[in-house]
Amino acid sequence: MPKVKEIEILIIGGGPAGLSAASAAADLGASVLVLERDDKPGGQLVKQTHKFFGSKKQYAGDRGYQIGNFLIEQCEKNPKVEVWNETTALGIYEDGVVTAEGQGKHLKINPEKIIVATGASEKMIAFPNNDLPGIYGAGAVQTLMNVYGIVPGQRVLMIGAGNIGLIVSYQLLQAGVEVAGIIEAAPTIGGYLVHASKIRRAGVPILTSHTIIEAYGQESVEGAVIGKLDEQWQLIPGTEQDLKVDVICLAVGLSPLTELCFQADCQMKYVPELSGHVPLRNKYLETTRLGLYVAGDVSGVEEASSAMVEGRLAGICAAYSLGYGNDVAPKLQAEALAELSELRAGPAGQKTLKGIIKLMDKGGAAC
Amino acid sequence: MRITEHPILDFKRGEEVTFFYDGQELKGFEGETIAAALHAVGVRVLGHSQTMHRPRGLFCAIGNCSSCLMVVNGEPNVRICVEKLKSGMRVETQQGKGCLK
Repeated sequence: MPKVKEIEILIIGGGPAGLSAASAAADLGASVLVLERDDKPGGQLVKQTHKFFGSKKQYAGDRGYQIGNFLIEQCEKNPKVEVWNETTALGIYEDGVVTAEGQGKHLKINPEKIIVATGASEKMIAFPNNDLPGIYGAGAVQTLMNVYGIVPGQRVLMIGAGNIGLIVSYQLLQAGVEVAGIIEAAPTIGGYLVHASKIRRAGVPILTSHTIIEAYGQESVEGAVIGKLDEQWQLIPGTEQDLKVDVICLAVGLSPLTELCFQADCQMKYVPELSGHVPLRNKYLETTRLGLYVAGDVSGVEEASSAMVEGRLAGICAAYSLGYGNDVAPKLQAEALAELSELRAGPAGQKTLKGIIKLMDKGGAAC
Repeated sequence: MRITEHPILDFKRGEEVTFFYDGQELKGFEGETIAAALHAVGVRVLGHSQTMHRPRGLFCAIGNCSSCLMVVNGEPNVRICVEKLKSGMRVETQQGKGCLK
């Protein structure tokens, strides 16, 4: 291999956004390299056993891991797409060179365009003993259970009644694990009610306006104390309940994995509606660092469906900027933008749209 | 504990292999992570924090959080949540920060 790998479009992250970007750009004729830190691309789709919503264009009705396999196949059969597994991007330099570590080697890549699709990481919340073994992020529970077929424990307390908390609770029941309850600090359930109803029908209580007071256990989790919150989110004395559980699962949201965007000197802004610091970008997903695009959760936490469409949009835009697909690209861009508007038409989408408006308003930029 | 029957998934496990956890002989499957193999036999405490000696376990399971560092075949600070199990591996509880050889 030459000392510096030359490539037209480098995509960092081989999840739903990155793989969709790769095939969209390659379909227009661009040469693409995808860096994936895991030993196989697909990102977090590999552990999603539920059926997706949305429309047929976003694979509605298919299960997440099936969609992941489809995206991988699509890239594998496209000769313009190269995927480097077990390769982690390390930095994006002033001269455009990207460095990476792969199989113990320090690699250099010189791309013409970059698409950052690094996804998100799980949030933590503060409570006494939150570091005990047996307290897992919801994604970790899915990895153990749905990828490796190992139950995380016997009895689980789920924290968070957003879609992830609801879906993972149902998956725990499918794996034969008891769910003691789902608690949610907000006064209402955040996720889709269709998921919530399924769980309630299975006998799992969902307690809104409830929080965890502490976890306890000698070497690992043996139980948790929960309590009810008043309208000002203050604990109501006397409402404490002791639950004997050996697993506490945190489904309290995700933060965009934006380290590379910060390091590449993209202008960043804290946007609560998008779950954290995100890079400013235009409607074609190009950041303030020209030629660097973002797609998926790194540009604001949403769902895999919109990540795939954003990936496609970024892939089309990056290829188009290199002179590919002059005849079809504008039409494809318009289609992807219309799909995104459609996906964001619901109540959850309103929050995202509010966040995106803040992002495109350069006047309020921080950092 | 391993899931034997699942309504949606069919787990294709690799070959059964033997590995060593602090000298103790254990069985796991090739292709799964070391963390998965340890969890399957009930090992949830993977080490203790340096200053406060708090027990440490798996948290993110995708190589983000570094809560699962152990010594593997003599190499310290291995994230066992992403390192795949191989036959004969020696997995040991890490004491201290580990040192470069």
